[in-house]
Amino acid sequence: MRPMLLALLAKEPAHGYELKQALEQIFGSAYPSPNIGQIYVTLGRLEKDGLVRVVDVEQSNRPNKKVYYLTAAGREALETWVDEPTEGPRVRDEFFMKLVLAPMTGIADRMAMINRQRRHYLGLMRDLNELAGRTDRDNRAALLLIEGAMLHLQADLDWLERCQEELS
Amino acid sequence: MTSPVVDTVNLVKIYQDGEVPVPAVRGVDLRVEAGEFVAVMGPSGSGKSTLIHMIGGLEARTSGEIWLDGQRADMLKESAWALLRRKKIGFVFQFFNLVANMTVADNVELPALLAGVSAKEARSRREHLLGELGLTARADAAPAQLAGGEQQRVALARALANKPSLLLADEPTGNLDSRNTRDVLRLLGEVHREGQAIVLVTHDARVASLADRVVSLLDGQIVDDGGAGLARRRPRGGPGDVIELRG
Repeated sequence: MRPMLLALLAKEPAHGYELKQALEQIFGSAYPSPNIGQIYVTLGRLEKDGLVRVVDVEQSNRPNKKVYYLTAAGREALETWVDEPTEGPRVRDEFFMKLVLAPMTGIADRMAMINRQRRHYLGLMRDLNELAGRTDRDNRAALLLIEGAMLHLQADLDWLERCQEELS
Repeated sequence: MTSPVVDTVNLVKIYQDGEVPVPAVRGVDLRVEAGEFVAVMGPSGSGKSTLIHMIGGLEARTSGEIWLDGQRADMLKESAWALLRRKKIGFVFQFFNLVANMTVADNVELPALLAGVSAKEARSRREHLLGELGLTARADAAPAQLAGGEQQRVALARALANKPSLLLADEPTGNLDSRNTRDVLRLLGEVHREGQAIVLVTHDARVASLADRVVSLLDGQIVDDGGAGLARRRPRGGPGDVIELRG
């Protein structure tokens, strides 16, 4: 979450709750809503590392509001994050480890494992279909995120099929 | 107790490659109840298309039985099969098979007219189906003027024109982008809710995940048959948690 908060603060200084709202608005229901505690913990770490600074803004009749803003080091860290290539799709897959190792122990049958996993993936796909149906047509970021997840799942299923052909 | 829409018993198909027999389907028992939505998945060469072609009467079986709505179908003559198909079955081919010298609208209306539906009703049904699939503006085009994805959707509209009690489809979203796939999924959902049975062959997990049952074929045999998603046990969380792909 660190770089996401840096990116939001690069746009304008904000307090913790505003950052939470901005994340929810941009990614919609497609992204797990961060809890406010996590956001403050992350902001605290960013502050300790000198990437953000905080000012107390006085408010009448209320406790002071802590407003965070990006430092020069913070902007540099953000630029590095944006510019560097992002880690590709996962190559070590936990299910694949199970599939290769479990039959050696005699506790599992590969065909049954693959069938179970396929049903699980299809269940996830069904959830994604429903999620896409509930998502606001105008929220392109959310819809693209859901579509991305669907394409990953499709690849997982295709790969499962290859495993079934080769290993059974 | 109503009969299943489809019931195959020890269904076998063996192709002949010169001297060599090539088994494509090896003893499939598949029972589909009225109104049920079944997706058939499996690697290429696993016998999916052959199976669905045999159920639709487009390919002869080698041995075994095919029952449709309680009627033994595999013993029928070609003409009787064609009649049965016209009355009860809609078929979406992998390669569309639209009539080249007819407009999109006429292609879609034809099966309904052949089945004796009034011109007025055939027209209103066609307008509804083309509307659902985003093809209203293409009604007067010839099939050759359409992109592959458009032809595929016209083929689906045609298969549904008759409100068949059984829709058979071979990769009905194989040529579609994600937006058009969404339209097709919505229409399939509607067809399913209206109580028509659907058996479709697909690689597309979005399509398969909507089915009541997913039948997996491998080397011409059923290796799994069950509900998508019924097996999962996940802690309740927000819908967003679905997105978190394991890193």
